[in-house]
Amino acid sequence: MSWSIIIGILSSGIRLATPYLYAAVGETIGQLSGVVNLGVDGVMLMGAYIAFFVALSTGSLSLGLIAAAGMGAIFGLIMAFISVTLKAEQGISGIGLYLFGLGLSTFLFGITIRNVQTIDGFPDLAIPGLSRIPVIGEIFFQHNILVYVAFALIPIAWFLLNKTPFGLRVRAVGQNPEAADSLGVNVGRVRYLTVTLGGMLSGVAGASLSIALLNTFQQNLTNGMGFIAVALVYFGGWRPVLVFAGALLFSTVNALQIWLQVAGINVPSDVALMLPYIVTILVLAAMAKRRVNAPAALNKRFERGES
Amino acid sequence: MNKVLAGFVLVALIISSMAIIGLADTFKVAFVTPSTINDSAWSQSMYDALVTIQNEMGKDNFQFVYSENMFVISDAAAAIRDYASQGYNLVIAHGSQYGGSLVDIAPDFPNTAFAWGSTANTFSDQGITNIFSYQPYSEQGGYVNGVLAAKLSETGMMGVIGPIETGDAKRYTEGFEAGVMATNPDAKVSVTWTGSYSDVSLSAETARTMIKAGADVLTGTSQMVIGAIGVAKKEGAIWFGYDVDQAPLAPQIVVSSVIVDWTVALRPMIAAIQSGTMGGKVYDLTLANGGLKIAVNAEGLVGKTIQGIINGDIVVGE
Repeated sequence: MSWSIIIGILSSGIRLATPYLYAAVGETIGQLSGVVNLGVDGVMLMGAYIAFFVALSTGSLSLGLIAAAGMGAIFGLIMAFISVTLKAEQGISGIGLYLFGLGLSTFLFGITIRNVQTIDGFPDLAIPGLSRIPVIGEIFFQHNILVYVAFALIPIAWFLLNKTPFGLRVRAVGQNPEAADSLGVNVGRVRYLTVTLGGMLSGVAGASLSIALLNTFQQNLTNGMGFIAVALVYFGGWRPVLVFAGALLFSTVNALQIWLQVAGINVPSDVALMLPYIVTILVLAAMAKRRVNAPAALNKRFERGES
Repeated sequence: MNKVLAGFVLVALIISSMAIIGLADTFKVAFVTPSTINDSAWSQSMYDALVTIQNEMGKDNFQFVYSENMFVISDAAAAIRDYASQGYNLVIAHGSQYGGSLVDIAPDFPNTAFAWGSTANTFSDQGITNIFSYQPYSEQGGYVNGVLAAKLSETGMMGVIGPIETGDAKRYTEGFEAGVMATNPDAKVSVTWTGSYSDVSLSAETARTMIKAGADVLTGTSQMVIGAIGVAKKEGAIWFGYDVDQAPLAPQIVVSSVIVDWTVALRPMIAAIQSGTMGGKVYDLTLANGGLKIAVNAEGLVGKTIQGIINGDIVVGE
């Protein structure tokens, strides 16, 4: 196993992990406040589409990114409205949101852009100085800006959730909304904020695909990534750092199985493709003894006055 | 008053029956496919062929409708059955996963012709007489691409990115490998199956990994290859296309594409149906009969050839 192969696999793993990081961190914040949003994949697709469309039409990648964040926020708002105000069943509404995002993005793509094509997305940005470090530099510091931001999200999310009053309110609302409500916390408003924020991050996750990593848009571009991101939230026990570890683990093993096939190593392609999922399950099983505290009010509707 | 009404109804009936007789001459096709018609691959090639036939025969004589994104077999089966019961002359189930559904549906609609591919199986051994099939000899197109690839590759390593190891993807890949090996026995061809027709992300990462491993020529099948093409474009690797002319996606690096021209199967099929044969025939698409065509991208090939001559990899006059 030469160094260049290891570097290649880890570098690939980081790239593959980027959309999962955005989406999973967003979902973590929403889930910590008690709302499950299974529509992440649909929001990612809408974010990917609008980023690509705006970047293609205006030539500005930044504008595309902002459009994706905005679109994601709108979809987050829709989910918040359905779950918090209308108090609908969160799982089903999430799936509905997914189908809506999938269908709408496909439809809009079909009538606005029509033909599959590529654009010049965010270029790779070598961080001066750090990128020169042998091995580490190549693995970590030669990616595009959206990859760097995804990594920066982890400490930011940790700080937000654990060290700010807002984070405290989020976790309180997710654990015991009745108690929080009695102490004057506006449960509905907190949930609206978290779910909208989560949607915004999912939109950016989609943009990271269409205008940074893959530089294209196509029907069902995400191919189910959003659901893996939701699973990663559970895997990480609702802690951003562990969610990050899970995303990296899954993506690095995925990069490894690609390399196995490319190198012609005699692993049947079906087995190679299963590897990321099998490894993730094994790790989860090994970690089963640790205490995982799901937010107690997760997936439950909140009504003032109901006990 | 009654007589006027009766006369009115009679005239209306005559006019509408004339219209129906007129419509009865229109050949109506329904097309069910697993991906979108603008996927730059499998579905788009058949859609383009149907449009070509419509332009040839005229909108009055030929009409078609389509249901795209029918990846889930039960959805497709419902659509196929629906179209058959609406009286379409031909229902095309464009995907080798639809065979089982056709076996169920076709016998219920003996006046409708069905077609599917890529396959040579028309189920005539099961007594079914209204199913056609079509199969592109993709290995032929793959071979030509392979020969060109071996001639143009400077590193001697090529990569093939495929979805699932079956059907025409498998045949194309085998042909490509054979073409490469026949031209340069020392060349290395790395084949990777991503397990999905639509995982763009995985195809992009696979392309990157192949290029890192030394490949400077890439090729692949299915609609996910847009990811790989994007990476090839960025890294300056050559791309060989399949299904449709993929040169517009990356004009500088696409050398040639194998185009499947389904009209070569559709024209005789329509003629057969109009003369009463509802199935049982297999239509081959080959280089010989024009079902397979190689579209050479002058911008890509010329550039790469010049580069090869400059580097000495191609010796003129050999």
